[in-house]
Amino acid sequence: MTVLDIVKSLGLKVYTETVGMDREITGGYTSDLLSDVMGNAQAGTVWITLQTHINIVAVASLKDIAAILLVKGLEPEPNTLQKSLEEGIPILGTSKQAFEISGMLYQLLYSNR
Amino acid sequence: MNLYQADLHIHSVLSPCADLEMSPGNIVSMAKNMGLSIIAITDHNSTLHAPLMRRLAENAGILAIYGAEVTTREEVHCVCLFADEDSRADFQNFLEVHIQKVPNKPDILGYQVVVNEKEEIIEEVEYSLHGALNVGINELEAVVHAMNGIFIPAHIDRPKYSLTSQLGFVPPDLNYDALEVSINSSIESICIHNPSLKRKRFIRSSDAHFIEQVGSVTTTFRMENLNFDGLLKAIKGIDGYDIMLP
Repeated sequence: MTVLDIVKSLGLKVYTETVGMDREITGGYTSDLLSDVMGNAQAGTVWITLQTHINIVAVASLKDIAAILLVKGLEPEPNTLQKSLEEGIPILGTSKQAFEISGMLYQLLYSNR
Repeated sequence: MNLYQADLHIHSVLSPCADLEMSPGNIVSMAKNMGLSIIAITDHNSTLHAPLMRRLAENAGILAIYGAEVTTREEVHCVCLFADEDSRADFQNFLEVHIQKVPNKPDILGYQVVVNEKEEIIEEVEYSLHGALNVGINELEAVVHAMNGIFIPAHIDRPKYSLTSQLGFVPPDLNYDALEVSINSSIESICIHNPSLKRKRFIRSSDAHFIEQVGSVTTTFRMENLNFDGLLKAIKGIDGYDIMLP
């Protein structure tokens, strides 16, 4: 499943236009502590968070995160968006809160196993 | 040049997590006993004890800086310091507009009281000062500097409410005046792990919540006269002004 597939299936907003839409997704990780994400998130996951600071792009890049998904309608700060375009990491958005969108993504990724 | 001992991160009884003994009067007495020349009252998301603190401190020959320890949207704690009553009042207004106003439950979260010099309660803050502002750290930095304040991310080596815990690492572009490091970490070891911090300015303070902690960790300031401008110059390390860490 690619970033584009989950954008279509979950009706997500895409802040980064076409960047990285063909990246392969292997799972999800939901956390708002960047130190925790640095320590524990796996490569290829969609990172679900409410953090919008520019450091999310660096952490995503460091961990080979497939895409960042912002919850509750939060938008990336301008310099965060700029950095994500440079790094080629898609930033997605949803109006749903983390529990709901995590559940939906989980079902989408694992329901057929 | 003169040397002054400073503790620029002290909580008063207004902070929900601070001990009830932390009245402005007690803090000033303790600061005097500890030989401090400069203190800053940095309650969580409030400056309401600062004016009384300054009056009491002046009588004891101590410079009390107006301040607050602000919780950003990312839940990073930042020490923000201000020169005068006008900027303190402006910043207090900014805090009240931007904090998420969750009603306080004193029996669970702690009491948040403002007292007078007789230690009588004159006000109780109704919303929890544990709350975060709806303002990101970059925006907070800009607001503090627009008010000619000093901006210091707090206890960056701590595993909670710090730049490191909330944002993974110190953002290279963040325009801080200094980074506060607890007494538990060596600056050398922080710089070995983060080479980009080598030329940055560091400060140590007590983050006192109990009276015996006031002045337990200090930074020595080398400056001409005891005032806010000198403090800023020393933090920046310009014109021969400097700070020395324990």
